[in-house]
Amino acid sequence: MTNYLLEIGLEEIPAHLVTPSINQLAERMETFLKENRLEFDKIIKFSTPRRLAIIVEGLAEASEAIDEEVKGPSAKIAKDAQGNWSKAIQGFSRGQGATPDDLILKGDYYYAKKHIDGVKAEEILSKVGDEVIAKMTFSTYMKWGNNDFLFVRPIQWIVSLLEDKVVAFDLLDVTANRFSRGHRFLANVEVELKNANDYASKMPENFVLVDAEHRKAEISAQILALASENKWQVTLHKDLLEEVNNIVEYPTAFVGSFDPKYLSVPAEVLVTSMRDNQRYFEVYNQEGQLAPNFISVRNGNAENIENVVLGNEKVLVARLEDAEFFWKEDQKLKIEDLVAKLAKVTFHAKIGSITEHMARTKEIAAKLADIAGLTDEEKRDVARSAEIYKFDLLTGMVGEFDELQGVMGEKYALLAGENANVSAAIREHYMPTSAEGELPETKVGSVLAAADKIDSVLSFFNVGLIPSGSNDPYALRRAVQGLIRIIEKMNWHFDLSLFIDQFEGENHLEILDFVKARIQKLLLEKLDRHDIVEAAINSSNFDITNMMESAFVIDGHKLHEPFKPAIENVSRSINLVKKAKDIKEINPTLFEEDAEEALYNVVISLQNQWTYMPGEEKFRAIVHSLAPAIETFFESVMVMAEDLSVRDNRIALLSEVVALTSVMADFSLINTK
Amino acid sequence: MANKKLAFQDIILTLQGFWSKQGANLMQAYDNEVGAGTMSPYTFLRSNGPEPWGAAYVQPSRRPADGRYGENPNRLFQHHQFQVVLKPSPKNIQELYLQSLAELGIDALEHDIRFVEDNWENPSMGCAGIGWEVWIDGQECTQFTYFQQVGGIEVDSVTSEITYGLERIATVIQEVDSVYDLEWGNGVAYGDIFKEPEYEHSKFAFEESNQELLLKLFGEYEQEALDLLDKGLVHPAYDYILKSSHTFNLLDARGAVSVTERAGYMHRVRTMARKVAKTFIEERAKLGFPLLKDEALREKYLGKKGKYTKIVEGEEK
Repeated sequence: MTNYLLEIGLEEIPAHLVTPSINQLAERMETFLKENRLEFDKIIKFSTPRRLAIIVEGLAEASEAIDEEVKGPSAKIAKDAQGNWSKAIQGFSRGQGATPDDLILKGDYYYAKKHIDGVKAEEILSKVGDEVIAKMTFSTYMKWGNNDFLFVRPIQWIVSLLEDKVVAFDLLDVTANRFSRGHRFLANVEVELKNANDYASKMPENFVLVDAEHRKAEISAQILALASENKWQVTLHKDLLEEVNNIVEYPTAFVGSFDPKYLSVPAEVLVTSMRDNQRYFEVYNQEGQLAPNFISVRNGNAENIENVVLGNEKVLVARLEDAEFFWKEDQKLKIEDLVAKLAKVTFHAKIGSITEHMARTKEIAAKLADIAGLTDEEKRDVARSAEIYKFDLLTGMVGEFDELQGVMGEKYALLAGENANVSAAIREHYMPTSAEGELPETKVGSVLAAADKIDSVLSFFNVGLIPSGSNDPYALRRAVQGLIRIIEKMNWHFDLSLFIDQFEGENHLEILDFVKARIQKLLLEKLDRHDIVEAAINSSNFDITNMMESAFVIDGHKLHEPFKPAIENVSRSINLVKKAKDIKEINPTLFEEDAEEALYNVVISLQNQWTYMPGEEKFRAIVHSLAPAIETFFESVMVMAEDLSVRDNRIALLSEVVALTSVMADFSLINTK
Repeated sequence: MANKKLAFQDIILTLQGFWSKQGANLMQAYDNEVGAGTMSPYTFLRSNGPEPWGAAYVQPSRRPADGRYGENPNRLFQHHQFQVVLKPSPKNIQELYLQSLAELGIDALEHDIRFVEDNWENPSMGCAGIGWEVWIDGQECTQFTYFQQVGGIEVDSVTSEITYGLERIATVIQEVDSVYDLEWGNGVAYGDIFKEPEYEHSKFAFEESNQELLLKLFGEYEQEALDLLDKGLVHPAYDYILKSSHTFNLLDARGAVSVTERAGYMHRVRTMARKVAKTFIEERAKLGFPLLKDEALREKYLGKKGKYTKIVEGEEK
C-alpha cells in the first residue's frame, strides 16, 4: 500500500473556483482509479490560489487481474453448411486473440475467455495528465502562449510522486516531477519533495498552508483574536471568509482604521466599500455601531505589515472620499427630476422605459392594495411609492455601488421628506433578493414588491422573452418565487388567473403554468408527496395562498385513518361528474332517498361558510362530514338511475360536492393505493 | 522601503529600461485621444493574427466620466498607463512583472501583492481577456490580461498585456495620499502640471461640452471610418474609430446618452472595431505575416500551403 501525490501548480486561480476545482480533481481521480481497477483507501484534498493537490492514500501496487467471458456470435451462425467455423466466429476469435476451438458454448452463444493482467500503479498513474487533468472542465477557460489547450489558468508545474518515485508524464510543455514551489514571496524557491508523504509538512515550512480548512480556521482565529483585543464585534461572513481564504497561501490578519468623519455616510455604503470592494471585515463596537476600523488579511507574514496597513487605509480613504462625495451631491438632486429622467432609461429594449414599467406597476399595485385590504392612507403610500420607486438608479451613489439600489432610495426619500412607508417600500420592492432571502416587512412594500414582479413577468412574457431550460437571463423564476412567498406570507387570497386577465397580454396561460411550476418547486422542497402537491396546485381557482396551505394540510393528514376512504369518495364523485355531458340545476323535489337529502344538506351548510373557512377546517369538513355523506349516498342510491331526470339530479348534486372540494384541491390526483 | 523614492518620470524610465530588455519595442504614446493603452493600434490591432509582437509605451488615457475637477485624490479625467504587450505570452510573465516591481523599489516582502481575478472585457471593442488586477496593499495598481478575443475575433497567438496605472504605482512608491502630491521630476509636482487641466476638462466634459457638435461629429467620424475601411486603409480608419469612441465617451459623461441609446452607440463602435480587426488581419495576410518567422509556427497557423484561412472560414460564419 502506497501513497500518491499529485499537485498542479497554476497561476492564481479565481477565488470562487478554487474549492469547486479541487473537488472536481478529486472526483475525477477517483473515477479514473476505479475505471482502472486500482484500489485505494481515500483521497485527501489540498488547495490554495496557486495549487490544486491530492494525495491518494493506500493505493494498491497494481490493478486487479480479472478473468471475464466475452460474448460472441450465436451458435446458429457459428458453422457453415459444411460444419466449418463461420467467418463470424473466426473474426470474433481473432479479435479476442484466440482460435475458434478456444471458445466455449454457453446456452445459445459462444464466449471467449479473456484474462486481463493487473497493471502496475505507476503505469496507470502515468496517464493522469491526459485522463484526469486535461479532462477537467471549468466555467471559464483560457489559452496562453501559442497553445490551443484550454484550462482555468496557465499550468506552471506538476508534481507527481508515488511515495519517493516520480511518475513522469507530460502535459503541454510541463513535465511532472518532484519540485513544487513555495510562497510567491516568502519562499520563492523550488521545493524538492523527497516523498509524497512529505507534502503536508514540507509546504507549510515554505509558507504555504496547503490544507484549505486549516488555513480558513487560522484566518478565523486571527480575526477573532484581533476583534477581541480591540473589544469589537465582528461577523465572519461565510462567503467573504471563503473568498479571502482562496486569495492567500499564508494569512496574517491586521487592523486598519479610517477617519471617523466618514461615519456620517450611511453604514451600508461604508460596509459595501469595505466588504465588497476591498474584501475587509467590518467591525462594530460593543453597542453594535459601525467602528471606524476594519480587519483585513495579508498574503504574507507580519514583517513590514505597517506598510500594508498604511496602503490599505489610503485606498479605503479614496473610496470613502468618493462615497462621501456622492452622498453629498445626491442630496442636492430632486426626486421629481430624477423620476422625469427615467423616461430615458430602458427597462428592456423590447419592452420600453422604466417610466412605463413604473406606470404599469402602479396600476397593478392599486389592485393588489384592494385585495390586501390596505387602508386609504396605505393606498396613497402605495401610489406614491410606485410613482418614484426607481429614482435612485440615477443617483451617483447607485451608479457607483449598484448593490445599494433601493437601500439608497430609502435614505434619499426620507431626507426628501417622503414618509416612512413610502421610503421603506422603495428599499423593500427588490425583496426577496435570493431564494431564501428576507421578505418585505411593510404592507406597502409587500404590495409594491409583488406588483413590480407581476409586471416584470407579464412584460417579458408578452414580448416572448420566456425562460427556457437553464436560460433565464432576467431572473423571472426568482421573481415569481419571490412573488409566491410574498403572497403566502401576507395571506392574500385572490385568483391570479382572473387578476392577470385584467391586463393585456398574449401568454397568460403560459404564465400560469410558469407560476404553477414555481409553486410546485417550493412545495417539493418541503413535501415529498408529488401527487398531493399536484392536487393542491390544480385546485379550481388560482389562489396561491390556498394552494400552499392545501398542500400542507392534506399532507399533514395523509397517515390518518379516514384519509383514504374520504379521498376515494371524493375522487369517485369527481370521476362521475367528469363523465356527465351537461350538469342540470339541483331539484330537491326529485330526491328519492334520505341519503340524497342528507348529502344535499351537508353541501348547503358547507357552502355558506366555505369561502372563509381555513384550509385545516375545510379538510376536516370534507373528511368528517362530506365524505361520510357521500359514502352513504353511494351505498343507498344508484347514480345511474333509469329515470333520466333522477339521474341528472344526482349528478347535479355530486357536481356541487366537486365544486366545494375542488376549491381546495383536485382530489382525484391523489394516490390512495 | 527603498532608499530613494523614484519620481514619476523615473518610474517611466525604469519600466522602459526593464521591458525593452524583455523583448518589448519601445513605442511612443499614440497621438489620438484614447481611453486606455489597449486602444492604441500597437495593442488592439497587433494582438490579432499569428505574428509575434512586443511593445511598451506610456499612454495618456482619457476617461471623461472619471473626472473629479481635480478634487479626488486618485480619480482623474486623464491618467497615465504604462502598457506592455508581449505576444505570445511568455511562460514567466508573472515573474517578469514582479521583477519590474522590484526594479521600481517595490519589495514584495514589504508589501502585500495579490493577483485578484478580474477578467477584462471591453464590449464596445469586442475584446475579452482572462486575468487579474494586481493589488498592492489593497490598491489596484495593474491590470494583467491574457487576450482571448479582440475585435470579436478569437486570437491566434495569445498576447499578455500588463497595464500599470502609473499614478497608483507612484503613490505607493512615493508614499503620498494624493496623486497631486506626486513628484513628476526635478521637483515639479504632478499637481503643478495636471491640476488645472483636470479641473478644466471636468468642467468641459460635465458642463460645457457642445452636445450637438459632439453628436454630429460622432456620426461623421463613423462614416469616415467605414468609408476608409471599404478602401482597405486600416490605420486611418482606426484613427477615426478612436475619434468616434472618444466622442461617445464625452457624450456619455455629459449624461447625453440614455441607456437605450448607449447600447446603440456601443453597437456602432463594435461594428467598426470588428471590421477593422478583420481588415487588419487580411492586410497582414496579404503581406505574408512577415514577423512570423518560426517555421513550426508558420505551419501551425498557415498550414502546409502557407495560406491563412481563419478569417474567411471562421469569423464570418
